[in-house]
Amino acid sequence: MREIQSSVISAAVRDLCLKAAFDLPEDVMERLKYCAAEEESEIGASILRQCVDNAHIAANEERPICQDTGFAVFFIEQGQDCRITGETLFEACNAGVRAGYTDGYLRKSIVRDPLFDRKNTGDNTPAVVHVKEVPGSNLRIVLAPKGGGSENMSRTAMLKPADGPQGVVDFVVDTVVCAGGNPCPPTIVGVGIGGTLEKCCEIAKHSLLRPLGSVHEDPRYADLEKEILERVNASGVGPQGLGGSTTALAVHIETHPCHIAQLPVAVNLNCHAARHSEVVL
Amino acid sequence: MSVRKISAVLTQDVLRTLHAGDRVELSGDIYTARDAAHKRFCDLLDAGKPLPVELRNSIIYFVGPSPAKPGDPIGSAGPTTSYRMDPYSPRLIGECGLTGMIGKGPRGQNVIDAMTRAGAVYFAAVGGAAALISRSVTAAEVVAYPDLGPEAVRRLTVQDMPLIVAVDSAGVSLYT
Repeated sequence: MREIQSSVISAAVRDLCLKAAFDLPEDVMERLKYCAAEEESEIGASILRQCVDNAHIAANEERPICQDTGFAVFFIEQGQDCRITGETLFEACNAGVRAGYTDGYLRKSIVRDPLFDRKNTGDNTPAVVHVKEVPGSNLRIVLAPKGGGSENMSRTAMLKPADGPQGVVDFVVDTVVCAGGNPCPPTIVGVGIGGTLEKCCEIAKHSLLRPLGSVHEDPRYADLEKEILERVNASGVGPQGLGGSTTALAVHIETHPCHIAQLPVAVNLNCHAARHSEVVL
Repeated sequence: MSVRKISAVLTQDVLRTLHAGDRVELSGDIYTARDAAHKRFCDLLDAGKPLPVELRNSIIYFVGPSPAKPGDPIGSAGPTTSYRMDPYSPRLIGECGLTGMIGKGPRGQNVIDAMTRAGAVYFAAVGGAAALISRSVTAAEVVAYPDLGPEAVRRLTVQDMPLIVAVDSAGVSLYT
């Protein structure tokens, strides 16, 4: 049994917070540059170029790409032979977030009570942590800080099995187009199909981590990704909702077995500041 | 496309010459406020009490900046989504003389109606271009509600802040 000290995890998580906040992933940057060159609207192209410039400034000057440095969301794969000593994994992640959001001058955007007091927790904790057990003895930690604006435009629907592929496509396209400029387009559209209600949402968020330009391994789902992307980009919503041909950078679908009576669909939108960082301990 | 320089003291005669789609560079002092501060403002209006800031002919930027690095006036400071302020904006426009708002995303009809009635303009800043936008901010200070942290009301001094007129005082909107 391999042991990892929780303090080692916290230190690694602290660094992940800074990296995610400052360094836009290369695949997202490349896609933005490509779209800036292809964008049909003048205002849209100018906006996309500003997003590219912004990403360069943020990386070079170690500043947040976006002031909303997000809810700290973790996807962790813990090896069966990996044991964590000291604090719990959850506590270790929170300690790392606390340190990273302080040291990196990142925004503290979490309130303790969601409905009545809404008092800021002051340190951007608690994080949301999804853990999966895997073979081996490593600990793979992926941080994907999630901004509020795009999250607010996300939707779920418990479709009927009879609604089929067209029902799914129509729901996803409708969600993106009705969101308009609010989620900071161009967005990455994460789609979960199947699972239970909460599992469907989880896989929709997880799908956002796929490299841009990758397609679903099942050609039937890859076709749906392509159809949704084409329809969304034909809608004219455009960068920041101010019109144009780039409303989404990519559409990613992730599926899960589901109940015989159900066809759950979740759409988790991510803005163009599609931030994530990872480490394997 | 030409870019027009405008002052942050946004009087009626100036704002009525701004049309949806115009690109401007804004200089002067503006206020920041988001949902929580807007609610407190409206609660004060309900109670017949004065607001902590003078909003007549002023501009509110919907932003919650990240903390400033040492030596900087402000952290990254891009816009937050404006529709969340829709329940409050019409009162600030109608009762307090607010003439400008900066944010991102479309506004509700209730806001547009107030803008056409009283004369006000809504500007879009580029969401997510937060580090770039912060370069336009030369000074920042908290002027109300420090307990709100990032959501406190700040006075920002901006120089040539690049904005797009997204909804003008005639009610014309760039949002489809």
